[in-house]
Amino acid sequence: MNPSEWIILIVTVGVIAGVSIVHGRVGDRFSATWSRAPWFGRWGVYIVLIIGAMLLPYSGLAPIMSPDSDWPTILFYPIGVFVLLGIGLNVVVGYAGLLDLGYVAFWAIGAYWMAELSTRYHWSFWEILPVGIVMAAVSGVILGAPTLRLRGDYLAIVTLGFGEIVRKIAENSDYLGGTRGVNDIPHPPSVQNGPVIGNIEIFKWTIVDARPFYYLLVLLIVVMIIFVKRLEKSRVGRAWAAIREDEDAAEVMGVPTFKYKLLAFAIGAAVGGSAGVMWASKVSFMSPDEFPFLLSATVLAAVVLGGSGNLSGVVFGAFLVAWMPERFRSFQNYRDLAFGAVLVLMMTLRPEGLIPSRRRKAEMAEGTGGMGSLGAEVAGPTTSAGAEVGGP
Amino acid sequence: MLHDFTSTFWANTVDGLTVGAIYALVALGYTMVYGVLRLINFAHSEIFMIGTFGSLTVIQVFGLHGPYGGFALFGALLLCLVAAMVAAGGSAVVLEFVAYRPLRKKGSSRLAALISAIGASLFLQELFATLVIPNTFGNGRGRDYIGVTRLMNKDTWFHFGSADVRNDKVLIFVAAVVMMIALDRFVNGTKLGRGIRATAQDPETAVLLGVNINQVVVVTFLVGGIMAGAAGFFWVLFYEVTKFNIGFILGIKAFTAAVLGGIGNLRGALVGGFVLGLLENYGGAIFGSEWKDVIAFTMLVVILMFRPTGILGESLQQARA
Repeated sequence: MNPSEWIILIVTVGVIAGVSIVHGRVGDRFSATWSRAPWFGRWGVYIVLIIGAMLLPYSGLAPIMSPDSDWPTILFYPIGVFVLLGIGLNVVVGYAGLLDLGYVAFWAIGAYWMAELSTRYHWSFWEILPVGIVMAAVSGVILGAPTLRLRGDYLAIVTLGFGEIVRKIAENSDYLGGTRGVNDIPHPPSVQNGPVIGNIEIFKWTIVDARPFYYLLVLLIVVMIIFVKRLEKSRVGRAWAAIREDEDAAEVMGVPTFKYKLLAFAIGAAVGGSAGVMWASKVSFMSPDEFPFLLSATVLAAVVLGGSGNLSGVVFGAFLVAWMPERFRSFQNYRDLAFGAVLVLMMTLRPEGLIPSRRRKAEMAEGTGGMGSLGAEVAGPTTSAGAEVGGP
Repeated sequence: MLHDFTSTFWANTVDGLTVGAIYALVALGYTMVYGVLRLINFAHSEIFMIGTFGSLTVIQVFGLHGPYGGFALFGALLLCLVAAMVAAGGSAVVLEFVAYRPLRKKGSSRLAALISAIGASLFLQELFATLVIPNTFGNGRGRDYIGVTRLMNKDTWFHFGSADVRNDKVLIFVAAVVMMIALDRFVNGTKLGRGIRATAQDPETAVLLGVNINQVVVVTFLVGGIMAGAAGFFWVLFYEVTKFNIGFILGIKAFTAAVLGGIGNLRGALVGGFVLGLLENYGGAIFGSEWKDVIAFTMLVVILMFRPTGILGESLQQARA
C-alpha cells in the first residue's frame, strides 16, 4: 500500500471507531430527541440525506473514494446493491431473528427473471421489476412454508442448501444459459430528451454512464427503506420483535408466529429480488458464478457488522463491507479472511453491531435476540447457574 | 433413464456406501455437538478440510510416493490416518476455545453463536486459501485443486452383481463402521460418555450432579473432530484431491445426513450417511450426475417437511444414543 492509502485506511478505521463510540455515548439520548422531533424536522433530515446520496457520484470524490475504478460504477455495484440486499436481509435477520444463509438466491432469482424475460420475450425493465419482486417473494414462501415451522438453526442450513440449489439449477439448465450465463440483457428503456440535471440525462440508461443507474437504485433503496421502516413501526414489526425475543411466549400471546415469519421471509426475498432485477439491467452479462455462498455470507456480515435490526447501521455496514475491498485493493485478497475474523470477534465483543438499536442491544445482552440461548453455558461472572437449556 | 439406473444399480450401491461412510463420519461431529450444545457447528466442514491437509502434510514431509504394498502400505495408511485425526481433532478443540467458549461464557443467543460459527468457517477457509496452501503446499496457487499421491493400488477384489468392488472402497467402508462402533461404545459405555449423554439431556441437572460441562464440551469437539479427520483421510484416499473449500458441499451433505437420521442420534448419523450416499448415487444415475447436489439438498427440505426428527428420532440424550 502506498502512503495515501495508509492515510485513508487510518481515517476509515477512525471513522468506524468514532461512529461506534459516539453512538455508544449519545445514541440513546439522540434517539429520544429524534423521536420527539416534529415530522417536518425528521423529513428535512431525510431529504438532506437523499440529496447527499444523489451528490455522492460527484467526480471530485472519485480520487479519494475509488482511484482504481470508475467511482459511479462502484457506487452502483457493489455499494448500492449491497445496501439494498442488506436492507432486505435485515428484515429476516434483524427484525424476525431468523438466519437466512442463502439470501443471494433471491437476488439471483430476480436477476434471472430480468435476464430471461427481457432477452426471450422482450419485456421492458419496468414490466419485469414487479414480476421479479413477486416471483422472488413467491420463492421465499415456497422455501419458507415447509421450513419455518422448524427450529431456527434448521432454517439456516435449509436456506444454505436452497442457495446452492438455485445456483446449481442455473448452472445445469440449458434453458437458463448454463454455465455460460446470459448475454445482452437490455438496459431499462431510455427517455429521449428527458430531464437533464447537472449535465446528466438521468433517464438515459446506457453503458457509458453508471450514474443514471445509481440514481434509479437510490430511488429503489429509498422506497424500500420507507416500506420496511413503516412495517417495523406497525403491528407486523411488533409481532416480529415478539417472535425474535421469545417465540413460544409470542405464540401463547396470540401472535400467529408462523404467518409473520413467513411474511418476513417473503418481504426479505422481495427486496432481494428487486436488487436482482436492478442489477441485471445494468450488467448486461451474468453467469451463475456471480451468486456464490460467499456473497450471502458477505451480506450477512454487513448486516451484523452494522447492527442488525437498525436500518442506519445496516446501511453503514453494507457501505463499509462493499467499499473497503474496492478501495484497498492490496487488502482484497484477505477480505474474506478479515470478514471471518470480524464475525467471530463481533459476536464475542459486540454482538449488537457498530450502530445497534437500543432494543437489539438489550436483547443481545440477555442472550435472546433470535433462536433462544445456547445449550450448555459455562458458568461465568454474569451467569449464576452453570447451564441453561436452549429448548427446541 | 431407467435402464441407466438398473444397469448401474450395483455399482451405485457400492459407491453410495463408500461415500455414505464418509458422510456418516462427518455427520457424527455435527450430531454430537448439536446434541450437547444445540448448535450447528458450521465450521465442522473446515475441520474435515484440515483433516485432508493433515494427511497431505504427512505425505509431503515423509515424501511418500506410493503405491505401496504389504507393511509399507499399512504403515503409510496408518500414519496418514493418525495425522489427519490429530490435525482435525486439535483444530476442533481450538475452535471451541476461540469461537464458542467466549459466547457460552456470556450466555449469548444461538443466533450469535451460529454467526460466530460461520465467521470461523470463513476464516479457516480463507486462511488456507491465502496463507497456508500457497506457502506450504507448493505451487503457490491457493484456490486450485491439489492432487494427492496415490498410496495404494486400487484393484478390483471381487464382483458383486454387476459391480466391481475395489479394495479401497471396502477399506473405507469397514474402517468407518469400525470407528463408529468404537464411538458408540465410548458414548454408551464409559464415564465420559455418560457425561456427554447427561449434558445432552439436561445440562443444568448434569452440572448439579457433578458433570464438568467444559470437559464434556471439549471432549465432544475432540471426538467429532477426530471422526471428521478420519473422513478427511478417507476422502483423500478415495478421490485423491483436496481444496480449500472441499468441506463446504460435503458439510451441507453431512448435515443433511445427520438430520436424515435424526440429529443428536449417533446411530442415526450412520444410517443417514448411508441412506444419503445411496439415494444420491441412484438419483445421479437417473437424472445425471450433475444433479447429485441438488438431489441431496432437495432431500433435506423434503425430510424436514415430513419427518423433521429424522429416521431414528433425536436422542443423544436417551440411552439408545
